[in-house]
Amino acid sequence: MKYIGKAMSRVDGVAKVTGKAKYASEFDVKNVAYGYVAQSRIAKGRIKSIDVSEAERQSGVVKVFTHLNAPKTKSSDDDFFALQSDKIVFSDQPIAFVVAESLEQARFAARLVKAEYEEEKPTSDPRSAPTVDSRSPKMRGDAPAALAASPVKFEAEYTIPIEHHNPMEPHAGIAFWEGEKLTIFIKSQGVQAFQGHLAKCFDIKPENVRVVSPFVGGAFGAALNPHYITFLTASIAREIKRPLKFNYTRRQMFTGHGYRPYTWQKVSIGAEKDGKLRSVIHEAVGNTSTIENFTESPNGFGRTLYECPNYHTPYKIAKTDLPTPTWMRAPGAVTGAFALESAIDEVAYQLKIDPVEFRLINYSEKDPETGRPFSSKALREAFKQGAAKFGWEKRKLEPRSMRDGNWLVGWGVAVGTWGAGQAPATVRIALSADGNARVGSATADIGPGTYTVITIIAAEFLGVDPAKVKFELGDSDLPNAPMQGGSITTASVGTAAQGAAMAIKTKLVGLAQKDANSPLAGASVDDVEMADGTLSLKSNAAKKVAVADVMKANGMTEIVETFTSTPNAERRNYRTQAHGAQFVEVKVDEDLGIIKVTRVVEATACGRIINPKASHSQEMGGVVWGIGMALQEETAVDHRYGRMMTTNFATYHIPVNADVQSVETAFVDEEDKIVNPLGIKGMGELCLVGIPAAIANAVFHATGKRVRDLPITLDKLI
Amino acid sequence: MRPFKYSKATNAAGAAKAVAGNKNAKFLSGGTNILDLMKEDVARPDELVDINGIASSQIRSTPAGISVGALAKNTDTANHPLVRENYPLLSQAILAGASEQIRNMATNGGNVMQQVRCLYFYDTAVNCNRREPGSGCSAIVGLNRTYAILGWSEHCVAVNPSDMAVALAALDTKVNIQMADGKTRTIPFTELHRLPGDAPHDDKALAHGEMITSFEIPKNKFAANSYYVKVRDRASYSFALVSVAAALELNGKTITTARIALGGVANKPWRAFDAEKFLAGKAATKENFEKAAELELKSARPLEFNEYKIELSKRAIVRALEKAV
Amino acid sequence: MTDYNERPDSEELSDDERAILSELGESRRKFLGTVSATTFGVLAAQLLAEQEILANYRVPEDAVFAPVAEENAVSVTLNINGTKRALSLDSRVTLLDALREKLGLTGSKKGCDHGQCGSCTVIVDGRRVLSCLTLAATCEGKTVTTIEGLAKGDDLHPMQEAFIKYDGFQCGYCTPGQICSAVAMLDEAKRGQLSYLSENIRGKARAVKLSDDEIRERMSGNLCRCGAYPNIVKAIREVHTGTEVAETWEFVKEGVNDAAV
Repeated sequence: MKYIGKAMSRVDGVAKVTGKAKYASEFDVKNVAYGYVAQSRIAKGRIKSIDVSEAERQSGVVKVFTHLNAPKTKSSDDDFFALQSDKIVFSDQPIAFVVAESLEQARFAARLVKAEYEEEKPTSDPRSAPTVDSRSPKMRGDAPAALAASPVKFEAEYTIPIEHHNPMEPHAGIAFWEGEKLTIFIKSQGVQAFQGHLAKCFDIKPENVRVVSPFVGGAFGAALNPHYITFLTASIAREIKRPLKFNYTRRQMFTGHGYRPYTWQKVSIGAEKDGKLRSVIHEAVGNTSTIENFTESPNGFGRTLYECPNYHTPYKIAKTDLPTPTWMRAPGAVTGAFALESAIDEVAYQLKIDPVEFRLINYSEKDPETGRPFSSKALREAFKQGAAKFGWEKRKLEPRSMRDGNWLVGWGVAVGTWGAGQAPATVRIALSADGNARVGSATADIGPGTYTVITIIAAEFLGVDPAKVKFELGDSDLPNAPMQGGSITTASVGTAAQGAAMAIKTKLVGLAQKDANSPLAGASVDDVEMADGTLSLKSNAAKKVAVADVMKANGMTEIVETFTSTPNAERRNYRTQAHGAQFVEVKVDEDLGIIKVTRVVEATACGRIINPKASHSQEMGGVVWGIGMALQEETAVDHRYGRMMTTNFATYHIPVNADVQSVETAFVDEEDKIVNPLGIKGMGELCLVGIPAAIANAVFHATGKRVRDLPITLDKLI
Repeated sequence: MRPFKYSKATNAAGAAKAVAGNKNAKFLSGGTNILDLMKEDVARPDELVDINGIASSQIRSTPAGISVGALAKNTDTANHPLVRENYPLLSQAILAGASEQIRNMATNGGNVMQQVRCLYFYDTAVNCNRREPGSGCSAIVGLNRTYAILGWSEHCVAVNPSDMAVALAALDTKVNIQMADGKTRTIPFTELHRLPGDAPHDDKALAHGEMITSFEIPKNKFAANSYYVKVRDRASYSFALVSVAAALELNGKTITTARIALGGVANKPWRAFDAEKFLAGKAATKENFEKAAELELKSARPLEFNEYKIELSKRAIVRALEKAV
Repeated sequence: MTDYNERPDSEELSDDERAILSELGESRRKFLGTVSATTFGVLAAQLLAEQEILANYRVPEDAVFAPVAEENAVSVTLNINGTKRALSLDSRVTLLDALREKLGLTGSKKGCDHGQCGSCTVIVDGRRVLSCLTLAATCEGKTVTTIEGLAKGDDLHPMQEAFIKYDGFQCGYCTPGQICSAVAMLDEAKRGQLSYLSENIRGKARAVKLSDDEIRERMSGNLCRCGAYPNIVKAIREVHTGTEVAETWEFVKEGVNDAAV
C-alpha cells in the first residue's frame, strides 16, 4: 500500500489552524436574527401562566415564542420537542424562545420572561425512582446456581454519576427558508438523519431540506440526535421569515442534548481457585427520563470477553424527572467495563494472580455466546506487546508496594472491546482527465480525521496523489452515509470509497480495451495496476496507457462512479470485535490524595490502521476521556430541585493539559479479511473503554483503597 | 446581561464618586468575574465605571515594605522583581490561581474582591442569601463537598476562591481604600473579608462606591522560608479544595515567627492565628507542625459532604510548613 | 432590504481564499506544495459549497425585523490583525462577539463564554487574554491579534505548522485558542515569566527553557475535549526548542517483544 498505513497530516489542517474552518454558527448569512431560550426553574409540573410582555417590550426584540404560539411538530417521533405544551418534564426545559436583532438583546429579554408554575415534587435520584425492566440477552447457563457452587465468590457494587459530553463547540444552528425549502447549518454527526427528522417535523419532502455541517467542534454522541435545537431553529426561522441563529450556552448544553446516564452496577463473580471463571452476574440500573426509555448495554460488555459458561446480565432503567440520556463515547461499554474490569481485578487480588494472567486464564478463543469464531482477535498479542512496552514484568503484586519518593505508585490494567460494525454507505467519485478526484459522501468528521482517511483510501485505489483528492462531507445533498457514531465510519464509508475507486478503474480498463490494440488487451481488471495517471499490466509495467488518453479517446473529461457498500454476509458467521489492552501508571500523594496519571500504554488490535497519526490521536483522546471519567467528571444533581448543578467548566471538571502525561500506542498487527475488504474495525470508542477501570485498578494498586464510585476524587482517598 | 451605561474614570476619587452616586453601578477592572456574573444574571449593574485608566498599577518599594497597586495585573505582580525577591509566597499564590490568560486580565483589586463560586449563588433558579438576602442558603444541606468548614453560618457556607488573598492574609498586608467622599482609609487585609454571619451579601469591608487603590505589604524575613500549597480536583485551572500559605522566620531550626493562612475553608482567607502562636519559639519539626495543624482545626465544623477537608487541611498545613523549611 | 448586520469586510474574501476559489473553479493545478495543497483542499471545497448555498438567498419582503435602536452605544477604534477598525457597539458586546458576530472573524471560538475554557484566547497588546470576558468597549486603541492574523499570506506561523505536523487537534474547535495561547506563552517564557511550577522564584527573570511539565501547566487554561494535549505539547516543544519530537505510536507484530507476560 502506498498511502494506507502511512502517517499523514490532516487534509483539513490548514482550515483548522487558520481559523477558517467554519462550524455551524459561523456561516455568514445576512439579516440573521438571534434566538435565546428562557428555561424552566422547576423540574416537574406545568406552566400555569407565562408573561412575555416585558421581554417583548425590550429594544431589538423581534418576537417571543412560548408553547402558546410556537409552531408544533408534525412528527410523531417521541423525542422531546420544546415549546409544544405546558408540561414541564425537566429542569431547564425551554419555556420561551426570544428572537432579537442581536445576541445581547435576545439574552437579556429571555431573562425577563416570567412563568407561574403548578409544581410537583420531582424524582431525580435514580435510587428512589421507579424502574422498568429493559432488554437484556438470555442468561447463559445457570449463573445463580453456578455462583452458589463456586469455591471463590466475590460481589461488589459500583456507580458512575451522570456525565456530559461537553464538546468544545456548543450546539449551534442557522436556518433559513426559501419558500418551502429549508437550509440549515447545524452541528450534526449525521446530516441525513437530521434531514429526515426535519422533513417529518414539517411534513415536507426530504429533498426540500438541506442540512449542512462540514465541521463539527467535537460531539462524542451529543450530536447524533437532533435534540430540541434543530426543530426550534428551523421552525422559528420559518415564523419570522428570515434567517435565525441559535446557539446553546455551555449551561444549556447540560440539558440540551442528553448525557451518559447514572448507572448502578452489581457484579457477582464465582470462580475456581485457579482463577477460572464459573459465573458472572452483572446487574445494572441506569437512569432515563419520564418521557423516553433510553437504554444502552452497560452490563453486556463482558459477555464475549471471557470464557465463562454461566453469565447473566439483568438490566433496568429508572424513570427520573431529568432530560433523556443519550449515547456518549463508548456508551454502555465504558460503564460496564468500569464495573466488570474493576471486579475482575478484585478477584485477581483475592486469588493473588497477576491481573494480566487472570485475564489470559479466562481468555475467550471464540464467542462464548454463539460458539462462532472471532473474525480476528489479537488481544493476547495486545497483552504481550502492551505489557512489554509498559514494563509490566517489574510490577509487584501487593498494593502499596511501589513508591517514588512521596508518591505511591500503582500499575493497573483493563481490557477494552467494541464491536467492529459497518453500515451501508455510498461514495461518489469524479475522476477528471487531469488526475484530480472529487469524492463525496454525506458522512461527518467530528474529529477522528474522516476527511483525511477517506482521502487516503480514495488516493490509494485511484492511484493518485492524496493532494489531488478533494473529499467533501457534511452535506445532506451528498450520497448517503450513516451517522458518525459507533466507530463505524471508516469501515463503512472507507469501504464505499474503495468500491467507487475500483469501479472507476474497472470502467477505465473497459474503455481502454475497446481499442483492440490496447496494451491492456485481454487483461482482467485485477491484472491491471492504476497509479500515477496510468493503467499498466502488473506483469509487465511497460504495457501501459495513460488514463487521460483513455478518457480523451472516449471523448470524456471525467468519469463519475457511485458505489454503495454493504456489510458482507460472511460477517454473520463470525463475531467481529476490536480489542485493546490498556495499561496505566498512577502516582498518588500519600498525604494529600492527589492522583496523577503518569503513563498510559494502549495496545490496540483493531484491524487495519489507515492513518496511524490520527489513530494515535484517537487513542490519546480515549485516555484523556478515561482520566476525566475516572478522576474528575460528575454532573451533580440536587435532588431537592431535580436540577443539574455543575453545569459549567468551572464545576464540571474535564482534564486540562497538566492532567495528561505520557500516552503511548502500540497498534497490534491484525489482519481481518472478514469484517470488510480492507480489514477496518474502528477504534474511537475502544480506546476509552478500559481506561477508567485501569485507572481505578492502578489507584488500588498504589493505595490499597478500592474506590467503586466514580469519580475517584481525592477526598475518597484520605 | 442587562443594558448598562459604560464610562471611563480617570482618577480614583472620580470613580468612587461615580459608583457611589448610583446604587446599581459597579467598578470594571479586569472584568473576569463581573462579566461572568452579568452573563449569568447574577450581577445586574446598569452602569459600569471602567477604572483601568486610573494610575494605580505601580508596584514600588516603600520604607515599610512594598506598595502594590490595586490595578496592577496579577501576572505583573507575580513577576515583579520586588515581589519575586521579597515575597515569593505572593508570586506562588497568584500563579496557583486561574490560567495565564485570566492572570493577564485580572487586577489585584479585582482578585481580592471576587465573588464566591457557590453553585447556588451562580444559579438564579434556586435560593441564595448572598444573591437574594433572606431567601435562604441552598448549599448548607446541598452539594457542599467543596464548601466551608470554618466560620460558616446557617446563612452561607461558601468559600472565598482567591489564592492571592490567602498569601496577602498571611503577609500582614494593609489595604488602602478610596472613599466616595474623596478621603482615603486603610484597613488590615484580614478585615477586608468578613465571615458570612447573617449578612453574606455584605461580606467585604467596603461600602458601595469604595475602591481599593493599593496594598501595603510590610518588610519581613520570610522570603527564604515560605511556600504555597494548593490542593484541587485537577492539576491546574481549578479552585482550591484547600490551600495553605505558610511563611516562617527561622533561627537555626527554631521558629521565630510563623505566618499561616488557609484558602478554600472559609468565606475569608483563614489566618491560622492559633497555629502561628503555637509554633512561635518551637522547633521546626513535623511533630510540631502536626500539633499546630491539629490546634487550628479544632473549631472546624463539617457539612454533610466535606468532612474530608478537616484532615486535608491539617495535612496541607504540615506539607506547606515542611516545604517552607 | 436593509442589511442590519453590518460587517465591514466580511463579504470580501481574503487573498488566499480568493486564490483557493479560483484554483478550485478553474485550473486545479497544484499551487502550494504537496502538503498544503491537500490541506487547502477541504477549505476550498467548503468555501465553494458555502458560496453556492448562500449565493441565491434573498430575505423575503415580509421578513420580521425589530426597529433598531443601539442601546448604550459605545464607539471604539482598535487595531485587529493590522487593520484599524472603528466600531459602534452596544456596551454589552464582548470582544469575542464583536469579532465573531460583527466583524466576521469567526476563528476565535466561543466554548463556554465564561472564561473557563480558553477557546476564545486572543492576543491583546502582546498578551494572551480571554476575549469572552473582555468588553469590546474597553479595547479602545488596543492591538488585537486573532488566529486569522498569525499567518503571513500563505505562510503559516511556525506554531500553526507545528500543530499540523504533530496533529495537535482533532475537531479543531479549541485550536485557534490553543495556538494564540501557545504563541503568547513562548513569548512569556522568553521574558522569563514564572509559572506555578517555577522553582527559582527569587532569581532574576531570565528566558526560561520549558520542560514538558512547564508547557502543560502554562497551557492548562486551554481545554481540549478531544484530548490532543500530548500532541499540543509536542508541537509547542518543537517551536520552543527547534528540535523534532519523537512519535509515541508504533506498529507492533508478533515475535518482536515476547519477553513479558
